[in-house]
Formats: sequence, C-alpha cells, structure tokens
Amino acid sequence: MAERTTAPTASAASAATSSARRRGAAEARPVIELVGARKTYRSGSIEFEALKGIDVRIDEGEYVAIMGPSGSGKSTIMNVLGCLDTLTEGEYRLGGVDVEDLDEADLAAIRNRQIGFVFQQFHLLPSLSAERNVELPLVYAAVPADERRRRARAALERVGLGDRFENRPGELSGGQQQRVAVARALVGEPTMILADEPTGNLDSVSTADVLALFDELHASGRTIVLITHELEVAERARRIIRVRDGLIQGDEVTA
Amino acid sequence: MSWLETFRTSWAAVRSHALRSVLTVVGILIGIAAVILTVGLGLGTQKDVSAQISALGSNLLIVSPGSTTSSSGVRGGFGTGSTLTIADAVALASHVSAPDVKAVAAEKTSSQSLTAGSTNWTTSVSGVTPSWLSVRSRSIEVGRFLTSSDDAQSSDVVVLGSEAAQELFGRTVGVVGQTVTVAGTSFEVVGVLAPAGSDSSSNLDDVALVPMSTAQTQLSTGASSSVSTVYLEAASAGRLSAAYQEARAVLLTTHGIADASGADFTISSQDALVSTATAVYRTLTVLLTGIAALSLLVGGIGVMNIMLVSVTERTREIGLRKALGAPPGAIRRQFLVEAAILGLSGGVLGALVGSLAALLLPAAIGSSVVVSPAAIGLSLGVSVAIGIVFGVYPATRAARLAPIDALRTE
Repeated sequence: MAERTTAPTASAASAATSSARRRGAAEARPVIELVGARKTYRSGSIEFEALKGIDVRIDEGEYVAIMGPSGSGKSTIMNVLGCLDTLTEGEYRLGGVDVEDLDEADLAAIRNRQIGFVFQQFHLLPSLSAERNVELPLVYAAVPADERRRRARAALERVGLGDRFENRPGELSGGQQQRVAVARALVGEPTMILADEPTGNLDSVSTADVLALFDELHASGRTIVLITHELEVAERARRIIRVRDGLIQGDEVTA
Repeated sequence: MSWLETFRTSWAAVRSHALRSVLTVVGILIGIAAVILTVGLGLGTQKDVSAQISALGSNLLIVSPGSTTSSSGVRGGFGTGSTLTIADAVALASHVSAPDVKAVAAEKTSSQSLTAGSTNWTTSVSGVTPSWLSVRSRSIEVGRFLTSSDDAQSSDVVVLGSEAAQELFGRTVGVVGQTVTVAGTSFEVVGVLAPAGSDSSSNLDDVALVPMSTAQTQLSTGASSSVSTVYLEAASAGRLSAAYQEARAVLLTTHGIADASGADFTISSQDALVSTATAVYRTLTVLLTGIAALSLLVGGIGVMNIMLVSVTERTREIGLRKALGAPPGAIRRQFLVEAAILGLSGGVLGALVGSLAALLLPAAIGSSVVVSPAAIGLSLGVSVAIGIVFGVYPATRAARLAPIDALRTE
C-alpha cells in the first residue's frame, strides 16, 4: 500500500517540475490501476508465483519504466498490462474498466483502442510495406481505407520516416524498423504505449534514436510504460518502478 | 476487419508461399477435373445410347402376340401364338378409338432361304405394310420401298436390308431389278434399305421385306391372317403412355377379353430398352464418380495439411495481429478465406481442365462427353466447400492461439 499512496504524489511532483504540459495532481486520471495483483503459473504439479501481490497506479501523461532482472515478474506485469494475460487474483483496471470479466473479443477491442505495443523483436510483418504495417491496428478498428492511409503516413512522418512509406521491414535498419513499430503503436491514438524492451535488439545509436522519440512523445502528453532491465534506458523515464521476485521493491521519481 | 481487407490479407498469404499453394491447388484441380469428366462421360454415353435407340423408331410401341403374365399357367409365352392379326392392325389405326396412335405397321416374319443365282442366304423375311418404313424410322438407300399397290396386287417384289443384299450379291448398288428366289417364287428386288445397325436382339440390316399380302399368301406357314408384330407410332413422346392405354383398350375389345390380366398380347416400348441401358450406365457413372470424389477428398486433406503448416509457420503473425486488436473471429475468417481461395482456385482450374479434356476426349475414344453448366457450377461450389470444411480446423486452431504464447514463438 505504501507505493500506491506515494506514487500519485510523486508523479504530481514530477509533473510540476518536468513539463509545463502535465496536468496537476488534482486533475490526474489513472490509466492503470493494479490492486493486489497475483499471478500463479501452473505446470503440472509445479506452481510458480510470478506476481505476489502488486499495487500500481499510473496516471495519464506519465512516463514510467518498470525495471527488474529476468525472472523478477516484469514480463508478467507487461503481459497483464497489455491484456495479453489475466491475473489469478486481484484487479486490473485499464482506463477505469475492469478487464478481468472480458472475453477474448472484448480484450482484443481493448488492446486495439487503449494500448500501443512496441516489442523487442519489432514484430513487423515482413511482407507488408511500412505504411501497411502501421495501418494494421486501424484495419481491426474498421477505419476506412483512405483515412487509414492518411493516419499511417502521418504517424510515419511523426517518427521521422516520411520517406519510407513503401519500404518493407527487410529494407530498413533495426532502428528504422523499431520506429515503424512506434508509429504503429501511435496510429490508433491509444491510452498508453506499452514498450517491452524496445531497445533490446538495437545498437547504441538506434537506442538513442528510439529513446529520443519516447521523450518527444512524453513531452506531447503520451502515457508511456517501458519495461526494461537496463538502468540506462530506465533512467530516461520520469519514474522507475523496480520489481524483484514478484514484488515491487521501489518506486521513485527521477526527474 | 472488412471482407475486402480479409481477402487481401489471405491472398497475400497464398502468394507468399506460391509453390506450396500451387501444389495444393493441383490436388483439388485433379479431383474436380476427374469428377467433371466422369460425370460428363456418363451423361454422354447415356445420351449416345438414347439417341441410338430412339433412332430405331421414335415414340414406338411394339405389340406382340401372347403374354408374359401367364398367371393361369396355360397361356403361351411372349412372342408365341397367332393371336395378333392384320385386323388388329386395322383396328389400331382407327383415329377414333386410338387418337394418340399416329401410324401403324404390321410385320409378319418368318425365316426363309433366299437364292440369287448360285448364292444361298437364310434370313428373316417379313411381310410388312407400306407404313413400316416411316414407323420404324428407316430409309431407302437405293430404289423404292413397298407401296400400297404392291400390297393390293400381292406383287412378288422384295426390299433387301443392306447386309442381306451384300450377302446375296456381294454389293448393295446395282441390285435393283435383280431376281431373288424365295420358297420357289421369284421376287424382283425393288430397293435396298439404308443401314441401321443392330438393336439389342437382332441385326436390323440382315432382313428382306415383301408386301404383307404376298407374305400371307406365299410364305405363310400358319394362319394366313396372323402377324408377328404390330408397330405403333405415338403422336409424340409425351403421348406414348396415352397411346399405350388406347392400344390396350382397342385390342382387349377386338379380342373380346373382359379381364385385362387375361390379355393375349404384350405391348412394350423402346423406353424399356432405354431405361435398362440408362441404368447400366448410371451405375457405371456412380462408380467412377465415387472414385473421382475420393480424389477430391485427398485434395481436401491436402488443403488441411497446408493450412496447418501455414498456421504453425505464422504463429507469430497471428500473435501480433491479436495483440494489435484482431478478435478471434477475424483470425478465423482470414484462414478460412485462405483455404477457400485454395479450394476455389483448384475448382476453377479443374473445371477448365475438365472442360478442355471433354472437348478433346470424344475424338480419342469416340464417345461423347457432356459437360453441363450445372456440373461446373456444382463443382465450383464443392471446391469452395472443400476449402472451407478442411480449413475449419486449422483456422479454429489459429483463432484459439493465446496471443502471448504466439508472440513468444521463435
């Protein structure tokens, strides 16, 4: 409970200092609320408790890094936050909606509208052009073709790939591919961007590139949750939540 | 996700593994082409047989003396006895009592030895009425047919079947005016029939025809007024059964028989022959189509196999699409459409190949192949259905993949 009460205050403090565009504490709306979150994996008779009771609240406009070594439970948190996996116990509210009772189709709709994923392996479809890759979330949101095209191009321009619409992933560098993935995460105007080790497969130049992009997005008011095990990367966020052995170890505001 | 978008995605997937797709399509193609060909061959043969039989006398009813329904056990068998007479033929020709009978021809047949010069040939000699030629749908190759005046005068003239002419004279031309001796009487050959082939029981070209009155007076062994067969031509194919009923009623009356089961004659039609032949070919067609359908089944299993490979291979793509917001239904549709595209491509190409073969095959095997638009339409439908039926399982598997596991797959 300690983290949960300190977190909003801390972020409100950071909001006051870091960005003029951030709202004050009174206005802050929670994007993510995890209450008593537990996750147990069963494999035959072996049980493994990946999350042992976690409370997290992340507000709109925050830039949060969830950090921890492998096996700490940070990937499980990422899957739960991304509605890719469900909790064994506890509550998860995304944008005020309890996602525990939703079926597969509803979860798909939530992922489509509320979450923009950025993965370590980029996960672009190799047979599609950059533009078509970015369009994908809009395809499932049933956005008409010409609007899709317009928005996909705008998103690609936003990440600095205005001259790469027709290129396929294979024709782009790793950094460029990850920027296409960021454009894809942005295009649906989601409630938050959820990045899982976004720089894990990138060299230092591309890493700087992508992190600069996140800084920009944060400056323009986006909510970003970044999962990483690298301190360097985590330090770019305004708040670092440290996870170890399925529990939250620390929650600090860095800037 | 709109259907157009689904189709685009599925088509891109089919194209992305082109060789595999083509091989799968070939499996369906062979099945569809085989079904179209075997069904077409069956229908074609059936049509040929029907055409052959109806050429022997369209809308024909055949009246024979005797009865096969010998419930009492004492009546003579089919085709025996002399209960049918020329008077019956006259009665049947009445437009009042048998309005659906267009024409009547009587035939009085016996086996005779014919002599031309030093050549002997034994064949069936029939006394016939002049209407015989049209009722039996025959035609004259050279010379003329028997006329009413031949009949009225009991002329000693004969019309030979082409084979009988060949046997007696070694040729079919230039035999008109020659003389043939039958049972001690000299007959003048006045014409030769055009060849007609064989029916199920007799050679239609190995015959000799003389006027009915001549046969009755000079060639008859039993009662002179009896005839062996009366042929009735119905006004049309649709009037055949009406003509049958009328003819039966007329004959029961003229023979003074009250109980229809005691009839001393039998009326049969070419229909019976046609239906027997049709039944044989239908059995054959069903058998062949069954074999062809099996090859379609094998093709369907090919589709399923390739779709399962496709799902496994694209597990990560499925995971990504789900993470980006694709509901299970959209994933299922995508794979079903992919399977249907494979099926339909096989169907379209199979129909093309089948139709092409149907054009070329008759020249090679001399039997016609009938490819109906219905058969093509049906096979296209079947090919899509095969794609969908065999695609359901792989598509459902894809739809059920947990996005998190799917994304993790390397």
